[in-house]
Amino acid sequence: MITYNTLIVLIGTSLLGASAGLVGSFAVLRRRSLTGDALAHAALPGLCVAFLIVGERSLPAMLLGAFASGLLGIGVISGLRRWTRIKEDTAIGIVLSVFFGAGIVLSRCIQNTPGTGSKAGLDSYILGKTAGMIFQDVVLIAGLAAFCLGILLLFYKEFRVVSFDPSFARVQGWPAVSLDLLLMSLIAVAVVIGLPAVGVVLMASLLILPGASARFWTDELDWLLVLATIFGLLTGGVGTLISTWYSLLPAGPIIVLTGTALFLLSLFFAPRRGAIARWLSAYRVHSQLRRDKLLTLLHDVSEPYWPESSEWTIEDLASRKSWPPRTLKGLLHNLVIWGQLDVSPEGKYRLTQSGWQMSAELARNQRLWQLILTEHAEWSGCLANLDQTDVRECVPAEFHAQLDRELRAKNRYPRVLE
Amino acid sequence: MSATNTFTETSDSGFSSPPQVDCPTSDNVPASTPILDVHDVTVAYQHKPVLWDVDLTLNRPHLVGIIGPNGAGKSTLLKAILGLVPLASGTVSILGKPLAQQRRLIGYVPQRESVDWDFPISVVDTVLLGTYGHLGWFRRPGKSERELAHDCLRQVGLEEFAKRQIGQLSGGQQQRVFLARALAQQAHIYFMDEPMAGVDAATERVIFDLLRRLRESGKTVFVVHHDLRTVRDYFDYVVLLNLRLVASGPTDQVFTPEKLQAAYGGRLPILDAAAEALRTREAPHDHL
Repeated sequence: MITYNTLIVLIGTSLLGASAGLVGSFAVLRRRSLTGDALAHAALPGLCVAFLIVGERSLPAMLLGAFASGLLGIGVISGLRRWTRIKEDTAIGIVLSVFFGAGIVLSRCIQNTPGTGSKAGLDSYILGKTAGMIFQDVVLIAGLAAFCLGILLLFYKEFRVVSFDPSFARVQGWPAVSLDLLLMSLIAVAVVIGLPAVGVVLMASLLILPGASARFWTDELDWLLVLATIFGLLTGGVGTLISTWYSLLPAGPIIVLTGTALFLLSLFFAPRRGAIARWLSAYRVHSQLRRDKLLTLLHDVSEPYWPESSEWTIEDLASRKSWPPRTLKGLLHNLVIWGQLDVSPEGKYRLTQSGWQMSAELARNQRLWQLILTEHAEWSGCLANLDQTDVRECVPAEFHAQLDRELRAKNRYPRVLE
Repeated sequence: MSATNTFTETSDSGFSSPPQVDCPTSDNVPASTPILDVHDVTVAYQHKPVLWDVDLTLNRPHLVGIIGPNGAGKSTLLKAILGLVPLASGTVSILGKPLAQQRRLIGYVPQRESVDWDFPISVVDTVLLGTYGHLGWFRRPGKSERELAHDCLRQVGLEEFAKRQIGQLSGGQQQRVFLARALAQQAHIYFMDEPMAGVDAATERVIFDLLRRLRESGKTVFVVHHDLRTVRDYFDYVVLLNLRLVASGPTDQVFTPEKLQAAYGGRLPILDAAAEALRTREAPHDHL
């Protein structure tokens, strides 16, 4: 049974996961993932300074401090990039480690102070701790999450054009820099509300993983944002549940591992963009390519004997292609099944009626490409995949007819097709 | 036509004046507001000037080819006009007003490499971005914008790809998406940065037809172009750059061996191509 306390924590972490996933998607799309990471690390000194100023553990004050120093970190990164010769990745590395180092020193100083130190609980901001979350915290998280959602909905169109093509947006008159700053501020808000639960070290994964996972499942920005929000919600919620059941496990790392599980699932099993789907489609393309090459070869060796069907052994064919015998045998076997080849009991292969037709068309296509490459170089701009692309798709009909005539004049036009 | 094309050159700089176009400027004719007036524009990256003292005035709609050797500042000139790079000096005005007030009159085709083609956006949504300028803050594209976007896609022959993710198109098709997006801007003046670089013949023909149609409907188009062989076929006005403005004016006055020599210096292979282009300029263009 879920207790009231667990429920509070569950709602809080789900909401923070959702908002981090939502705004983090834009960081992923803009290739600013590392900037998000630096922002999270840079938040630590702000937390500590806020604690020192207020003198007690006050969540709103500390989050405000984290927000300010996070944005300061982003400011330093863009300043270094703009006014010095330091490259962006170096600037990110510098800011991340320097701010984090300063934050660790400050937090140790606070904890070593007798009296206040133990109350601060600053350690939980480094690796995260969900157990301490109370109702007021959840209200704050919910408010900030709603704020992020509202801003994103309001500026959706503007964020879209600035994220995809900043210079086009600027020509249209959109204030790209201000919109960028707004987006970075939203990311800072998401970081800040995530800090108490997952900590500065692992916050980046909550920003990056949901967006990166969602990208596998959709090609539409709207759906990507919806999916990333859901993934973030699940990551926070499920991670919290697991860490509650096994109370010895720290919440932050468990939440990150939950997000990683979702990411791996997406990476491998997403349709089309997933690793398995891509591998399968590459395999299909590859085997079709080899099949076409083999058919073209069979056509070229058989053509002189046409209309007689000449017979070829595996050795005949293997001597002309560098394929291993097993591959060749498999290909020939498939062609027999598909009806392009007949095989005699002695293991000799010859083209069938439909095999002749298909192979002749492939051979014509290939010879047309050769003609274009050697004698019509001005058309080579349309070269795509020579084996896969039909010449007719790339050149106008009248030019195609001319190419056919040239092929005939060279006596290279497949006799089968005459 | 030439009477309205003025070419001015700042002479107060310490550098020698580039050759001027023999253009009978008629100062007594009251000039209407120039479509584009670039005055004394200099652009520098890290103290190194990449564009010096460029003056350029265009009074009538033209298809303008911006040509010059690599590193001549062709793209930079376009970006300077569009406010994408800071000007070290100079002013740009469009139909008599600063750029900031005329953004809705401008259509832009950036270089294809300038964006991430894996971005999750469909072809038609990319074209819709072109309508954002007219929509203004917070208004979402509606039915009329969608119809416009589809119409623009039709004009570049990509209607059937409307729902595809942009990364699934070939390079030439991607270039045409950018063109359709510029059309959706419903501009008066178009700026295109190497739209014909590395595209297939079908795309080059679509672009050429489109340029001609824009010209016929009275639009002005500036095109950064690299292929000297096609300059005469495509453009009726040429801006010849090599860090400075070498010459600008109607194609038959500016696209001459002497002026090309001035712009390209001793880079002979390029000049050979130009010479060939000049020799064959009257020859019918086989496939286009």
